[in-house]
Amino acid sequence: MTALLATERIKLFTTRSPWWSMIMTLGITVGLAGMVALTHAGDRPLTVEHSQFGSQFGLMIITVMAALAVTTEYRFATIRTTFQAVPNRTSILLAKTAVVTGLAVVVGEITAFGSWAVAKLIDGGPELSIRDSGDLRMVAGVGLVYGVAAVMAVAVGILVRQSAGAISILLIWPLLAENLVGLIPRVGDDLRNWMPYVNAGRFLNGVDPEMPLSAWGALAYFAGVAAVLLGTALVVANRRDA
Amino acid sequence: MTLLAVERMKLFTTRSPWWCTVAALAVTIGFAALMAGTADAQAPLTVAATQFGYNFGLVVVMVMAGLAITTEYRFSTMRATFLAVPNRWSALLAKTAVVAVLAGIVGEIAAFGSWGIGKLIKPGVDLTLNTAYEWRAVAGVGLVYAVAAVVAVAVGVLVRHSAGAISLVLIYNLLVEGLIVLIPNVGPKIHKWLPFNMAHQFVTGNPDPTGRDVNFGPPLSDATLGPWAALAYFAGFAAVLLVIALAVANRRDA
Amino acid sequence: MIEAVGLTKRYGKTLAVDNLSFTVPTGRVTGFLGPNGAGKSTTMRMILGLDTPSGGSALIDGKRYRDLHQPLRTVGALLDAKWVHPNRSARAHLAWMAKSNRLPAKRVDEVLDIVGLSAVAGKRAGGFSLGMSQRLGIAAALLGDPQVLLFDEPVNGLDPEGILWIRKFMHRLADEGRTVFVSSHLLSEMALTAQELVVIGRGKLISQSSTEDFVSQATENTVRVRSPQLGALRTALGRTGVSIRDEGESLIVSGMDCADIGELAAQTGTVLHELSPQRGSLEEAFMQLTGDSVEYHTEIAEGQVPATLVPAGK
Repeated sequence: MTALLATERIKLFTTRSPWWSMIMTLGITVGLAGMVALTHAGDRPLTVEHSQFGSQFGLMIITVMAALAVTTEYRFATIRTTFQAVPNRTSILLAKTAVVTGLAVVVGEITAFGSWAVAKLIDGGPELSIRDSGDLRMVAGVGLVYGVAAVMAVAVGILVRQSAGAISILLIWPLLAENLVGLIPRVGDDLRNWMPYVNAGRFLNGVDPEMPLSAWGALAYFAGVAAVLLGTALVVANRRDA
Repeated sequence: MTLLAVERMKLFTTRSPWWCTVAALAVTIGFAALMAGTADAQAPLTVAATQFGYNFGLVVVMVMAGLAITTEYRFSTMRATFLAVPNRWSALLAKTAVVAVLAGIVGEIAAFGSWGIGKLIKPGVDLTLNTAYEWRAVAGVGLVYAVAAVVAVAVGVLVRHSAGAISLVLIYNLLVEGLIVLIPNVGPKIHKWLPFNMAHQFVTGNPDPTGRDVNFGPPLSDATLGPWAALAYFAGFAAVLLVIALAVANRRDA
Repeated sequence: MIEAVGLTKRYGKTLAVDNLSFTVPTGRVTGFLGPNGAGKSTTMRMILGLDTPSGGSALIDGKRYRDLHQPLRTVGALLDAKWVHPNRSARAHLAWMAKSNRLPAKRVDEVLDIVGLSAVAGKRAGGFSLGMSQRLGIAAALLGDPQVLLFDEPVNGLDPEGILWIRKFMHRLADEGRTVFVSSHLLSEMALTAQELVVIGRGKLISQSSTEDFVSQATENTVRVRSPQLGALRTALGRTGVSIRDEGESLIVSGMDCADIGELAAQTGTVLHELSPQRGSLEEAFMQLTGDSVEYHTEIAEGQVPATLVPAGK
């Protein structure tokens, strides 16, 4: 397995899109935190939550990066070379998922703590200190959410195989579809409570008494959806002609 | 005119425009049916509420428009096009026009389809288009889609990669404008002048006589321009982007 | 007539095409020869107005490509057979091209017939084999019945039948009086197809001449001699001033034919075990000319690379 992980690590970092994604995620997310801290004024002090202003932006970029890590393999048919080298598709695809997820977690932690540090440095308000588990979850949890989102993106990438289609689904779903669902009269709210990305947001932003799951329960649910999706994708990839 | 016919042939002899058209129509009209079916006293059906799926159709149309150009780069048919029509301005303008017209038609069908299905499901509710606002809320959708398609084509020409262009267009439209408004103090001031906010202003703005809840219909806008001025602003933005894109394409190696 | 004057293309620090000037005469097949990476495709793209030259210009019948009105009626080109949308049918691909230059729709069926693709015209081009794609590309080039045709590595990757078909096709086009400019990295192929040759290496012009002149100038005729008295023979030959080089157990003599060497051997009483004329291969000549200008050298010494191992172009 270590050899497979190393294989996928080499493959990922010898193309350009992960580098682009990392720089964009870091630059824009941390930059937004700095901007919020700089433009902030008035009587309400800046909070830890404010410092994580750009985290959803980073989430989308990481999602695109993770999906591209798979779909570009299909586009350039390197997935065939990969399956030729490692005929056990489940293990090589799991290795790829692990590497992409690992990168997403690391980028998430760096951007989250970077954003928090920049906001703290510029503003220095008392509400910006990490004082309880809720604050810590809000910052350190970003990496976990990015990681799960990366698994989700890899799974969709394997299923769809085309960059344009996978990216469209992965962006339109959390940014639009989950919100639209919530607006349906009567049933909307209940449905929305079980939308995966809504639960990811709930994990980060703390307890909402309206929601059925606890913060960690929400993360577990988000991860569960990703796992089911990945399982489906692996089964499909194994049965399909490469 | 010949070039328009050429681009029309090119567009409709591939599959993605059909896919996107079907997806846009199915989801917008489907949502309208859902809204109409579930409407009650607390969430009444109004003309605006039938246009619930407007934003969804908008992003799908932009994906379609972006793909129409980036797939040409991907498969190098752009080079074949420039061999047949060396005047790149005319070739690309013709393509933009065809894509924009298709987007406009999809928008009109989606909007009137959504409105019609609302009328069908809830015949008792008065959905007649009486005011200028109500006309814009329905018939205006096509115009916004057409202009948005021009934006997507321009981004596609500049970026040339499907993944990059789609990510840019979707993340900007669905996330960035919404994030900017949250920046303290300056955010709302900038947001007033952002292009898609202007587009929403055209469809939903000034005044909204239905007194609807923010949630029941396309996103409300905080723009201060009048609706037609907002549309002109949005169109101007698209035109500037397109001119930049065409100038770049004209100078760049194909 | 195609005319390149001081054509230059620079990518950053790399000079892909360096002050290249040549003419492609009307009504003949002109081969455009050079190793992979010599700048052939870049040159063709500049001729066709796809890439903008960093310097110089390329004119077709005195006009820049981008100034041509309905260019498909003047110039047909096949640069890459894969420049087709995979989900579009062959007929649809040709139909939009025909429409763009106001060519009659029936012309589409005519060219499909010429290249023998009528039966699969409705199938998606993405499913075509390389040979079929190449035929579709040629059909597209012929669409406007142009007098000038450009082909970039048209036989690359084709099976023998496909190569033969293309070769015959080029001759047919030339017989019809058209100007054909065809690139290749294989001299043997060009020797069979082209009447004129423009040879480049590393973006620079190496020679422009008729194929016949190029071949006779480039290939030296030598004689191989084997003898148990090699030393004595070498001394005798040395006195006549011809050039001699050792190759294993034999001598390679250039500048003297078999008859003269045989007589010389008889005069000096030398026993000969072999006396055979050696004709230099075209590939060797090509290697000699462009040897210094190959961009990526292989480990195998030049002149030892069998023709079949010459790597295919992109």
